[in-house]
Amino acid sequence: MTTPLLSIKGLTKAYPGVVANDDVSFDIGPSEVHALLGENGAGKSTLVKMIYGLVKPDSGQMVWQGKAFTPSDPKTARASGVAMVFQHFSLFDALKVSENVALGMENPPPMRDLARQIRRVSETYGLPLDPNRTVGDLSAGERQRVEIIRCLLQDPKLLIMDEPTSVLTPQEVDILFKTLNKLRAEGTSILYISHKLEEIRKLCDHATILRLGKNVGECVPAETSARDMAEMMVGDTLQTPTRSTEKAGDVVLDVSGLTLEPTNPFGTTLKNVHFTVRAGEILGIGGVAGNGQDELLAALSGESLTWPDAVKVKGQDVANLGPNARRERGILAAPEERLGHAAAPDMTLTENALLTGAIREGLTNRGFVNWTAANNFAKSIIEKFDVRTPGTHVAARALSGGNLQKFVIGREVLQRPEVLVVNQPTWGVDAAAAAAIRQSLLDLAAEGAAIVVISQDLDELMEISDRFGALNEGRLSDIRPAAGLTVDEIGLMMGGAHGMEVASVGDQKQEGASA
Amino acid sequence: MDLSAINPVLLIASLMVAATPLLLAAVGELIVERSGVLNLGVEGMMIIGAIAGFAISVETTSPMLGLIAAMVAGAVLSLLFAFLTQFALANQVASGLALTLFGLGLSALMGRSYVGIKPPAMAKLDLPILSDIPVLGPILFSHDPVLYFGIALTAAVYWFLKKSRAGLILRAVGESHDAAHALGYNVIRVRILAIMFGGACAGLGGAYISLIRVPQWTEGMTAGIGWIALALVVFASWKPWRVLLGAYLFGGINVLQLNLQAAGIAIPVEYLAMSPYLITILVLVIMSADKSRAPAALGRTFHASQ
Repeated sequence: MTTPLLSIKGLTKAYPGVVANDDVSFDIGPSEVHALLGENGAGKSTLVKMIYGLVKPDSGQMVWQGKAFTPSDPKTARASGVAMVFQHFSLFDALKVSENVALGMENPPPMRDLARQIRRVSETYGLPLDPNRTVGDLSAGERQRVEIIRCLLQDPKLLIMDEPTSVLTPQEVDILFKTLNKLRAEGTSILYISHKLEEIRKLCDHATILRLGKNVGECVPAETSARDMAEMMVGDTLQTPTRSTEKAGDVVLDVSGLTLEPTNPFGTTLKNVHFTVRAGEILGIGGVAGNGQDELLAALSGESLTWPDAVKVKGQDVANLGPNARRERGILAAPEERLGHAAAPDMTLTENALLTGAIREGLTNRGFVNWTAANNFAKSIIEKFDVRTPGTHVAARALSGGNLQKFVIGREVLQRPEVLVVNQPTWGVDAAAAAAIRQSLLDLAAEGAAIVVISQDLDELMEISDRFGALNEGRLSDIRPAAGLTVDEIGLMMGGAHGMEVASVGDQKQEGASA
Repeated sequence: MDLSAINPVLLIASLMVAATPLLLAAVGELIVERSGVLNLGVEGMMIIGAIAGFAISVETTSPMLGLIAAMVAGAVLSLLFAFLTQFALANQVASGLALTLFGLGLSALMGRSYVGIKPPAMAKLDLPILSDIPVLGPILFSHDPVLYFGIALTAAVYWFLKKSRAGLILRAVGESHDAAHALGYNVIRVRILAIMFGGACAGLGGAYISLIRVPQWTEGMTAGIGWIALALVVFASWKPWRVLLGAYLFGGINVLQLNLQAAGIAIPVEYLAMSPYLITILVLVIMSADKSRAPAALGRTFHASQ
C-alpha cells in the first residue's frame, strides 16, 4: 500500500463542556476522495479546522507524507499543500473576484497576471468566472467557484470541502462533481464533508463516520447503502416516516389564477398558478431553486398581497390579508432562509417563538407581552422537537442549522395550523433531524391540516407528499398523485410544458447567473 | 461692503492652511474605518496632540519635535481605545465618546501653565524662485512642510488602499473580519495598527492648529474639527481624494465666510457661520450617490471564537 497523504492519529480536542473530537484516527490516500460523515455537531468542522491550522489539537498527531504535521496557522497549512473551501464562504462581498483570490494566496502575482491565471484555471475546470466582478453580485454557485479557484491556484495536494453542496442547485452540483473528478484524476486528494449520503455514494472512494466526536466506523460508500451509513451516523436504527392512510377531507386551500410580480429584482414572476389542497393532504412542490418558490411562499404566507380571490381558505378570500391576519385564520408558513427570514438571528428563542406565535398562542394581552407564556411556548417547542440548546435564552444565531430548523418548523406545527406552507423544511439538516421533521409534517396532516411542502429534495417530496407538482419559470405543472410517479415523469414536469428540457433549463440558469 | 478687500490669492493660500488639520484627522480616521473600527475619539486625540505638541515645542523650542510628540501622544491615546475595543471587547461608540471626553479633560489639565505663551514659529518651506512666482508662488510654494505632508499622505493612503497588498488585507479585515480570520490574517493586529495610525494623524492635525494655524494654546481649541473629520469620512464615501476635496471645500468656505464677515456683507453672521457645514455636506452627499458604501464590518466587535 502506498503511504497515505495525510494520516490522522488519535486527534483530540475539547472545548469547555464538550469534547469535539475524541481520539479520531484515519488516513487519506493520494488521489482519494475521502468523505467525512456525521450529524450536526459530530465534530467534522473542528477536525478539518485542525488540519487547516485554525484550531490546535489537545493531543494526537498528524503525519503529512511521512513527516510530522503541526500547522500553527492556515498559512503553514497552505504552504504544505492544504486548501479549504469553507461551508460559510470566506469571501469579501465588496471586493473583486481577483482581490478575493489574492487574499487566499501566500505570494500572489500582480493583479493583471492573477486575472489571467483566474481566467485560465476557470476555463480549464469548466467554472466560468470573470475576475473583475464584485463578489457581492455573484450567485451562491459562482461564489463557491471563487473559493475553489482560489484553492486550485495554489496547486493543493489536499482540498478540504466543508458541505459544499448545501447552497447549490442540482445543476451546479453536477458541475462541481465533474470538477472534483477531474482534480482526483490529476492526483489531488479531497476531504469531502457532507451529510448528503447519495452524493457521497456517487463521489467518494472512502468514508469515515464521526458520531459525538468519535470515529465510529469506515466504509466504502459505493458498496454501502445510504440507510446503513445514516444508521452509523445516528447510532440507532433510523425511523422512516410513516404515513397514515386517512382519506383526504374537504378542500381547504384553493389557489386559482395566482400571478405575482417578484419583490426582489432577481425574483421570478408567478404565472397563473392553480392548485387546491384538501384537509389531511400534503402537496409537494418541486423544481430547481429560483423558479418561483420564494414568491409562492410569500403569496401564501401573506408577505406578498395578490389579486382578490387568488388565494382562498375554506372558501374565504384571504388574498388581501397580511401575515398576521392569515395567522389568525390558521394559515402559517416557515420560509427557507432560517437566519433573517424564519428567525431573527440575534433574538432569543423565546422572542423568536413570540414573533410568530403571539396571535395563535395568545402570548400578548392588550399590547403587553406575557413572557412566562412565551417562554413556556418556546420550551414546549424545544422539548417536543428535540431542539438541542442550553435553554430558551439562547440567541437563534447560536443554534446549529439543523437545530434551528427543528425549532422553526416546530414553532409553526405546534400552533395547530389549518394550512401550513414550508419551503425547504430539511435544508442542511442531518438525517435523523430530517426524519423527525418529516414525521411531524405527516402527523400534522393526519390531524387534518392542509400542507404545502416546497422542496428541491425530490426524495423527500416522494416520501411525504400525496400529490406532486413542479414549478418551472414561475409556472406550476399539472398536479399528479405522488405514488407511482417515475423519475422521468418528474423530470418532464420540472421541464414545464415544453417537453424534456430539464438540462437546458439548468444551463440557461447557469448562463443567466454568470451573465 | 467692500469685496475688493478680499485678495483671492491670499484666500486660497489660507484655505489650504485652514483645511490641513481637518484633512490630517480625516485621512487617519479613514484608515481606521476601512479596517472596520469606528473611533469617535478623533476630537480627543486631536486636542491631546495639540497640547502635547505645544508643550514639547515650547520646552524644547523645536516645532519639529513638537509635531513628533503630538503624533506619539495621539497614537498613545488611541492605544487606550484599541485596548478597550480590541481586547476588552468594549462597545466602540461608547469607548470613542469616552476617549473624546477624556482627551478634552486631560488636555485642559496639562495646558494650564501654557495659556498665553507663544510657541516657536514653524519655518515655512522657502523655495527660492518658485515662491516668487506671482499668484502661484504664494498659493503653492510658500507653506509650512506639514501642509505638503498632508497632501502627500492623502496620495500615499490612496496608493496603499488601491495598490498594496497590506491595503488589500486592511480592506478585507474591514469588510469581513470572520472571513479574514478564517484565511489566517491577524484581525486584531491589523486593527490596532490602523487605530494607532489614526491616532497619530489626529494628533498631528491637533498640533497643526496649536502650533501653526492659531499659534497659541486655549482650552478646547480644536472646536469640533474632530467631529467634522468623522462626518467628512462618511460623506466622502471612505475615499481619500474625496476627503481631500471635502476638507478643502470646508476650509475654503470657512475662510471665505470669515472674509465676507470682515467685509461687512449684509448676510446675518449665523448664516455665514453655518455655510461651510451645509455646503460641504451637500456637495459630498451628491457625490456619494454612487453605489459606494461603508465597510461591512464597521463598528462590529471581532472575537475569534474557536
